[in-house]
Amino acid sequence: MPTFEPVLLRRVGKPNSASLETYRADGGYRALEKALRMTPAEVTETVKSAGLRGRGGAGFPTGLKWTFLPKDATTVYLAVNADESEPGTFNNRIIMEGDPHQIIEGIAIACHAIKCGTAYIYLRYEFGRSYRALKQAIEDCYAANLLGKNILGSGKDLDVYLHRGAGAYICGEETGLIESLEGKRAWPRIKPPFPAIEGLFRKPTIVNNIETLACVTHILDRGIEWFKSMGVPPDPANPRDAGSYGPKLYCVSGHVNKPGCYELPMGITARALIDDYAGGVWKGRKAKAVVPGGMSMGFLTEKELDTPLDFNGPGKVGCLGLGTAAVMVVDDQTNMVEVLYNSCRFYSHESCGQCTPCREGTAWMTKILERILDGRGQLRDIDLLLEVANGIGIIPGTTICGLSDGAAWPVKNAINKYRSDFEDWIKSGRKSTLVSLKMGGH
Amino acid sequence: MSFLSEDLRQKIIAELPKYPTKRAVTLPALHHVQDVLRCVPLEAIKEIAEILELHPAEVHDTMSFYGFFRDPEHKLGKNRLQVCRSLSCMLRGGEEVLAELCQKYHLQPGDTTPDGKFTLEFAECLGACEGAPCMLVNDECYLSLTTETASEVIEKLGS
Repeated sequence: MPTFEPVLLRRVGKPNSASLETYRADGGYRALEKALRMTPAEVTETVKSAGLRGRGGAGFPTGLKWTFLPKDATTVYLAVNADESEPGTFNNRIIMEGDPHQIIEGIAIACHAIKCGTAYIYLRYEFGRSYRALKQAIEDCYAANLLGKNILGSGKDLDVYLHRGAGAYICGEETGLIESLEGKRAWPRIKPPFPAIEGLFRKPTIVNNIETLACVTHILDRGIEWFKSMGVPPDPANPRDAGSYGPKLYCVSGHVNKPGCYELPMGITARALIDDYAGGVWKGRKAKAVVPGGMSMGFLTEKELDTPLDFNGPGKVGCLGLGTAAVMVVDDQTNMVEVLYNSCRFYSHESCGQCTPCREGTAWMTKILERILDGRGQLRDIDLLLEVANGIGIIPGTTICGLSDGAAWPVKNAINKYRSDFEDWIKSGRKSTLVSLKMGGH
Repeated sequence: MSFLSEDLRQKIIAELPKYPTKRAVTLPALHHVQDVLRCVPLEAIKEIAEILELHPAEVHDTMSFYGFFRDPEHKLGKNRLQVCRSLSCMLRGGEEVLAELCQKYHLQPGDTTPDGKFTLEFAECLGACEGAPCMLVNDECYLSLTTETASEVIEKLGS
């Protein structure tokens, strides 16, 4: 394999990397020029052939999603998901702040492919620097005729608007995002209809993630073969596997020496990522648990760290999936009861409240863990937690969206893989020193 | 005589051309109001509803869903501080930073200092885990904090 060269992070950290001037000097917007000379169907086919799968968590093939739009649609919207909120995940923020034009270029290419004249970037409010970088980038693009009327003399019009969220995790769920953009509470919609048929303002809509759109830019610029030269081909034993191609932004945080965002070919193992890039586990300790792709994906044990972080790897060892590829490392001095409490509290706080199993289930799992951490747990609480976790989510079929699958998975993994941590804590009757327990606040 | 200033009304009206429905301006309008007034009073809800041709209950329904917006009884201080409590920050001492700041400034999470200088809250994952523990000050994130460095940030805030 040739030496890997970062592409998504190539310009991040360089002087004025967010400016249009330096972006163009580095060859920026030539991919858009190329795309505008192609037909929309040719652009879609290019992205499809490259095997690009969505980077936001679900891993759905991007080009295929674009083909689901009705052929006779007159108004189509692109909703860009920049509501990055999954615990551990910050890769989109890094590229929005450091190199926003690769994203605007990807948006313009995608809009050409799906024949869309209006794109909305739904940005979580907390990302002030991203907001300012994107706002400037969009203004500069209008001034340079890269956005607006008749972009680059192509006869195509494109408007891009920034829309700021208001601190709700559920807005990262694509139909929650759509409801929120429409000015309503972000209650996810029942699917079907999927957004490609009826989405934003009841029009056919494509929802794509920031990193996904940045990949679109580089696929048009560098070609299908370049993208497919990295990553993992489809598993021959699984006819439904679309492979895991291309570069990926891996976030690493928690108990490591060098937390950060690392761009690597899809499929690096968790162990190599932690030891070779993130400087190893801090204080000379060993990893006890590693979250493979954002909190909702569950935990890898130390023995499972040779799992490749591609779309299939984490699922083979009982995790929910690759998710956002955000790795969080927990060292061997940490108790999993406290880690799981933190996870359950997050999902309980962020449940939108629409579906009863999620609203109640996440709240009760948090309360049960609070009781255990207060020294009042009973051994039967462990199976009670599992019973609740097994009953909530779209996998058992009791909720509209996947938030509670993401809440349940860490519970299932923690209890199945670290049951003795729970039994020992309950038997000891000790009280946690976690300060938040005393401060309350759900 | 309207409750919202002419400047605020114009800011809200200027959002309208971006969207095919008026209702989509609800969140932008609430942000404009809270940026200036540090809360969203009922009078503001009614006037937003009037501009957007909605029932005030519809605006209130949206506003109350997002914990971000505050009513006049819980008006924000001049600055809003949010200390992250999610996993990567917890693993690196975020909880202790929040607790020690609460103790130092005699606040509970969510409270505002008596002089109105700042409101101190907890936040769920702020998406800056490479710099855990982190704290958002208005919409600027400060990374790799200790109680000491967080206090320094607070001392430098404008009152």
